[in-house]
Amino acid sequence: MSTSTDTAVVTAAEQTSRAREILGVSRLTNQALTRWLHGLPGVDQVGCEARAAGLGTRSIKTTAKAWAIDTAISMIDLTTLEGADTDGKVRGLVTKALSPDPSDPSTPHPAAVCVYGDKVAVAKQALGTSEVKVAAVATAFPSGRASMPVKLADTQDAVSAGADEIDMVIDRGAFLSGDYLTVFDQIAAVKEVCGPARLKVIMETGELVTYDNVRRASWLSMLAGGDFIKTSTGKVSPAATLPVTLIMLEAVRDWLELTGEQIGVKPAGGIRTSKDAITFLVAVNEVAGEQWLTNTYFRFGASSLLNDLLLQRQRMATGAYSGADYIADDSPSLY
Amino acid sequence: MPTFDYAPAPESRAILDIKPSYGLFINGEFVDGHGASFKTVSPSTEEVLAEVSEADEQDVDAAVAAARTAYGRVWSRMSGADRGKYLFRIARILQERSREFAVLESLDNGKPIKESRDIDVPLAAAHFFYHAGWADKLDHASLGDDPRPYGVVGQVIPWNFPLLMMAWKIAPALATGNTVVLKPAETTPLTALLFAEVCQQAELPPGVVNIITGAGSTGQTLVEHEGVDKVAFTGSTGVGKAIARAIAGTRKKATLELGGKAANIVFDDAPIDQAVEGIVNGIFFNQGHVCCAGSRLLVQESVADEVEEKLKRRLGHLRVGDPLDKNTDIGAINSAEQLARITEMTEIGEAEGAQRWSPACELPSTGYWFAPTVFTGVSQTHRIAQEEIFGPVLSVLTFRTPGEAVAKANNTPYGLSAGIWTEKGSRILWMADQLKAGVVWANTFNKLDPTSPFGGFKESGYGREGGRHGLEAYVKTGAN
Repeated sequence: MSTSTDTAVVTAAEQTSRAREILGVSRLTNQALTRWLHGLPGVDQVGCEARAAGLGTRSIKTTAKAWAIDTAISMIDLTTLEGADTDGKVRGLVTKALSPDPSDPSTPHPAAVCVYGDKVAVAKQALGTSEVKVAAVATAFPSGRASMPVKLADTQDAVSAGADEIDMVIDRGAFLSGDYLTVFDQIAAVKEVCGPARLKVIMETGELVTYDNVRRASWLSMLAGGDFIKTSTGKVSPAATLPVTLIMLEAVRDWLELTGEQIGVKPAGGIRTSKDAITFLVAVNEVAGEQWLTNTYFRFGASSLLNDLLLQRQRMATGAYSGADYIADDSPSLY
Repeated sequence: MPTFDYAPAPESRAILDIKPSYGLFINGEFVDGHGASFKTVSPSTEEVLAEVSEADEQDVDAAVAAARTAYGRVWSRMSGADRGKYLFRIARILQERSREFAVLESLDNGKPIKESRDIDVPLAAAHFFYHAGWADKLDHASLGDDPRPYGVVGQVIPWNFPLLMMAWKIAPALATGNTVVLKPAETTPLTALLFAEVCQQAELPPGVVNIITGAGSTGQTLVEHEGVDKVAFTGSTGVGKAIARAIAGTRKKATLELGGKAANIVFDDAPIDQAVEGIVNGIFFNQGHVCCAGSRLLVQESVADEVEEKLKRRLGHLRVGDPLDKNTDIGAINSAEQLARITEMTEIGEAEGAQRWSPACELPSTGYWFAPTVFTGVSQTHRIAQEEIFGPVLSVLTFRTPGEAVAKANNTPYGLSAGIWTEKGSRILWMADQLKAGVVWANTFNKLDPTSPFGGFKESGYGREGGRHGLEAYVKTGAN
């Protein structure tokens, strides 16, 4: 299989057939999926959190810090997902993505802007010919509590409006009740509707609660055709923690070994500071490996992170902190 | 292709004020020793850090006499609550000066700053805090009738955790009302000498803690000294046996914490990624200079390949180098002598037919260095499976059933620690019951805590340190 970034159009039937091959079964049943997922090695909570804390003690300075800040900026999915979103808000966000720091044109762009499906067209038009992508949340985000036809229509709507990437949510209720086949089928069906758009599968790890569940959901999402596995909607706390991301990084690393296919990881929600972002990059580097240190395979779902990175970037260039009022803010609080 | 090269992030040495030479700390003051002085070097650079006095018989006499006087006149008469106040004060000063201690420890010992900063120094302070709390509660610690101190305790400690081993020794001795003469290892005397300053700063009565430096002969003189009532030693099994022989037939009691060849046992239902971390922590923590190190990996055959592969990939991310760099995972080997021992044992391992592997890593050109090393295809008969190497060298053996794992784990003259990795709780309990080791860790390794007793079976020594059990070693009870 290829690690090319051109996303192949895969039908749900093809996805199922590939899954049968990977599992070595003639029919993809819930029982077969359960056996496979429950056969994965468990995660020891204490050990996993200790490892994450250990990665957090890495001290990233000078040239390494400058590199990490620019890399982190280039990995951001600049996000606005509010009921109060307007065309104006989305245009503001796009402007920020196109020109993160007008005082320094060498500043990299975020990877994408991430919006609700009905704002895709506005974002697309405002981005013009820029290489910044448009990601749309779909499938009755954030709860995912809707019928399949609704979820597929939601996805189709965003794809038709020009979304380059779709961020879907899994049915956590089905997952927690052990109905893995439903989760698989839904992901595979959404993937088919995505066509060439890259599919990010949001597992909402805050609702899965245990690290064993995070590992199983990661493998299930990859098996069903996700191009990215993503922690959270940002609407549930805890969102993107380092231990959860660590487990997902182990999963994509092991998946590459098993299938030859490289899957991306996107922690989203709660990553606000440069220090946090750099710690995540250390984890990417030391757990998944260097080939994940690109926005093709690693993203941050964030809104306020960008400005903190810009502040740090300016400080590294000038030697002094400017302050929040010297960085343009296109996503201030409404309240 | 992206490259995330961590730039150097060295901890500053500016906080230190290392004197060109140090005397002995006797009766609350630094005095010159009568033996020849010796140099202590930084093992990562071979830079001479300071000249240190060697205590001869006359000096040991003076130190023991000071301890005896302090015991009789001050310390044994003081209430437990008041002794506790001094211990609390020492603990707080250790915390306040933690950076200084961490930098000095890494410099003199060679261990990475992240370990001295996050483990050695905080744990040393924790031991003083913990024992401070016991000082006025000894009558209620179920130690026996009327617990009383022995008097003067002679303590000899190793070079692998200089400050921490010192805290393990001094804190319970003082809490129980004993006074101390302690000899740090000759290659790592500096944090003990800095601790002497802490004793002054805490206004500890003179003579309660005496620190004398020197090599093996100084330690022997101390241990054999007439005025010493109790001996506590951490170090090699060879020296431990010599001490046991020397004090046989005398009134002296001893606590000996000696070598180990711990089995870290990984079952096929283990949390593999965390087990790999535990294996790494087990043998590469502190360059493997750990008596309880998990130097034998026993892995179930059905997952042996997977574990080995993941372990090797993980080792590729270990950073070997400058101990003061905050990103260093593995520092320098403590001495040329120890490096020679490790080198010799690994050559023996190769000659015995085990497969040797190390990750690609560039070692500094000066100082004492040894790359993390894994031997696979090791048999129980190989010397690298039997003898303590005390370095960053892991021997990998396999097993098929729990019974076989137990038999192999116990088939060693040592019995200090063991690790079990499985998601099955009942198996953990069964294994812990079967293993002849003083400490058994389940799904973790090298977890040390002042509340938990530590000590060995068989040739790993006798007596316990830490916890309520550790107090027992420093008191006599009833009619004794």
